[in-house]
Amino acid sequence: MAQSVLSIAEQSEGKFRKVTYESLSEGRRIADQMGCELAVLVLGNTIEDISKELGQFGADRILLADDPSLVEYLPDAYANVVADVINTETPDVVILGASTQGKDIAARLSARLNAPLAMDCVAVRFENNELTATRSMFGGKILADVVFEGTPQILAIRPNSSMIAKADKSGSIEKIQVDTGTTAVKFIEKQLETGKVELTEADIVVSGGRGMGGPDFSALEELAKLLNGAVGASRSAVDEGWRSAADQVGQTGKVVSPNLYIACGISGAIQHLAGMSSSKVIVAINKDSDAPIFSKADYGIEGDLFEIVPLISEEIKKLNG
Amino acid sequence: MKGKVKKVEIVVLLKQVPATESLIGIAGDGISIKTDDIKWVINPYDEFAVEEALRIKEAHGGSVSILSVGSERSVEAIRTALAMGADKGILIDAPAGIVYDGLTTAKVLSTALKEIPFDVIIAGQRAVDDDNFQVGPATAEFLGIPHISMVIKQEIADGRMTCHRTVEGGTVVLQTPLPALFTTQRGINEPRYASLPGIMKAKKKPIDMKNASDIGLDPDTLGKPLMKIVSLKTPAERKRGIMIDGETAQEKAANLVKILHEEVKAL
Ligand SMILES: Cc1cc2nc3c(=O)[nH]c(=O)nc-3n(C[C@H](O)[C@H](O)[C@H](O)COP(=O)(O)OP(=O)(O)OC[C@H]3O[C@@H](n4cnc5c(N)ncnc54)[C@H](O)[C@@H]3O)c2cc1C
Ligand SMILES: Nc1ncnc2c1ncn2[C@@H]1O[C@H](COP(=O)(O)O)[C@@H](O)[C@H]1O
Repeated sequence: MAQSVLSIAEQSEGKFRKVTYESLSEGRRIADQMGCELAVLVLGNTIEDISKELGQFGADRILLADDPSLVEYLPDAYANVVADVINTETPDVVILGASTQGKDIAARLSARLNAPLAMDCVAVRFENNELTATRSMFGGKILADVVFEGTPQILAIRPNSSMIAKADKSGSIEKIQVDTGTTAVKFIEKQLETGKVELTEADIVVSGGRGMGGPDFSALEELAKLLNGAVGASRSAVDEGWRSAADQVGQTGKVVSPNLYIACGISGAIQHLAGMSSSKVIVAINKDSDAPIFSKADYGIEGDLFEIVPLISEEIKKLNG
Repeated sequence: MKGKVKKVEIVVLLKQVPATESLIGIAGDGISIKTDDIKWVINPYDEFAVEEALRIKEAHGGSVSILSVGSERSVEAIRTALAMGADKGILIDAPAGIVYDGLTTAKVLSTALKEIPFDVIIAGQRAVDDDNFQVGPATAEFLGIPHISMVIKQEIADGRMTCHRTVEGGTVVLQTPLPALFTTQRGINEPRYASLPGIMKAKKKPIDMKNASDIGLDPDTLGKPLMKIVSLKTPAERKRGIMIDGETAQEKAANLVKILHEEVKAL
């Protein structure tokens, strides 16, 4: 049986998202275990140059849906093109990043192809000739192992959960015929903050809560900048209007899994933990030694964040020379 | 609907879920959760959906229907939405013994929606129990209508809806003709509380109870779920770690950075 794995890349403004490399690496590991080929599909406009590097992350074939109509992400156009490719390629496994766009495409495809979907997976393994995905449920209170019935098995993997691995493959480029089909959704405009590290992809996140006492997050911004990290916030800080809702970490905000999460002036409510408890290392800075966050943190500092955070920044500057 | 301002028929897809502060335990079968001690609420993202539906109705006229697939217990959640101001509820009873995955739920919802008039369908971006992010877009796909997800602002005019959706690093504005479905994101609104008169009125509002066969679905052909849970576990409990010592704040900061750099290699 000729099997294959198809990974779907995601690029924005001519740059691949980090989760593209993660899903490609994960796809390579699955393809190796299945003993089959890995293809990657890139959608966009004038994407050939940036796509060449994908061979280094394990792609045997690089399929380009290169067309002016795909310059911006449109849910219906993208779903139509991806579904066409899947119908031609008939992969057994489709793997993509569970970004805003990836989740959208995955959900739409599962319905169109009547295919099983494991959304926002934190781990994938191939055992006894079968894929098992682990996904987090109930805001991270439960981890579920799931198996799939039918093909293609669609896996959307959570950003920052898979290792990026280099695997030099041929990465032959193939241009595919693009037909966006019938579409209704139109692009009007976008506003992107350039130069800002995306919260869900950041290796380091520095978050502030009600303990910030006001909208001045400059101490956290400085620390995040030194660490090439992103700034997050608790819901209270968002409710107060100190930060935008896009910065909220938690059950009704973003779920982040950075290497290092630094919680400043955050008490550690269960809804906040739901968004950050899968971080590898957690540091809490709080002036209340009884704050519940300390019972979930690997390292804690009892003290005033306005005193501690700038001192941490100073120490890091010393470290960086 | 061309040109003229028109009333908007809105359907909210609403799921009842455990309150986020509920303790979640694994049941004896190892693949489901204990339901005895759970407090049930409207999925927070669906609460945003109800609120947004009411605001659309207030601006354009029309009606707000609540559609849910679940057990009889879900009546409570529908009643709360009616108390907030929705006009009617429809509950499709999930037959006992059949496990609905996201795709099956979307099939049931889209079948029910063939009998319900709508211009706009609003769903949550995700239900905070299964965290699937799937049912909204899948329902739109089954209905053959466009969808826009993660919406923080919408505007309806001339039979079209313009939506601001949050993406990594910013917002994108998309436009679609109606009928269409959109999913909610935090930031779209602050849901109102049900007022006392609202609660009184809700008692008289209709809730249609149906089962799969009433809407023309054969429970047998609904099929087996395509995604099956084989085991559940609770993640390793995070333990209380180390409190960083130091005579002064300066010393504490230095010690922390030293540990993070030398031992943990996180810096
Ligand atoms: C349905 C639902 C969904 C929710 N979703 C979310 C969510 O997604 N994300 C989220 O975060 N919350 C969420 N919440 C809210 C959550 O329950 C808490 O209310 C919230 O997380 C508390 O935020 P906080 O820790 O910033 O504030 P507080 O609990 O008020 O804690 C502030 C902390 O700052 C400390 N502090 C004060 N001053 C200083 C100082 N100078 N230096 C150091 N420490 C200081 C205090 O000791 C205290 O521990 C949700 C709630 C519900 C009901
Ligand atoms: N059983 C259900 N009944 C009605 N709506 C549902 C149901 N399950 C999910 N939904 C809708 O789909 C959204 C996303 O759910 P999910 O895909 O399960 O994360 C929810 O916020 C609801 O709007």
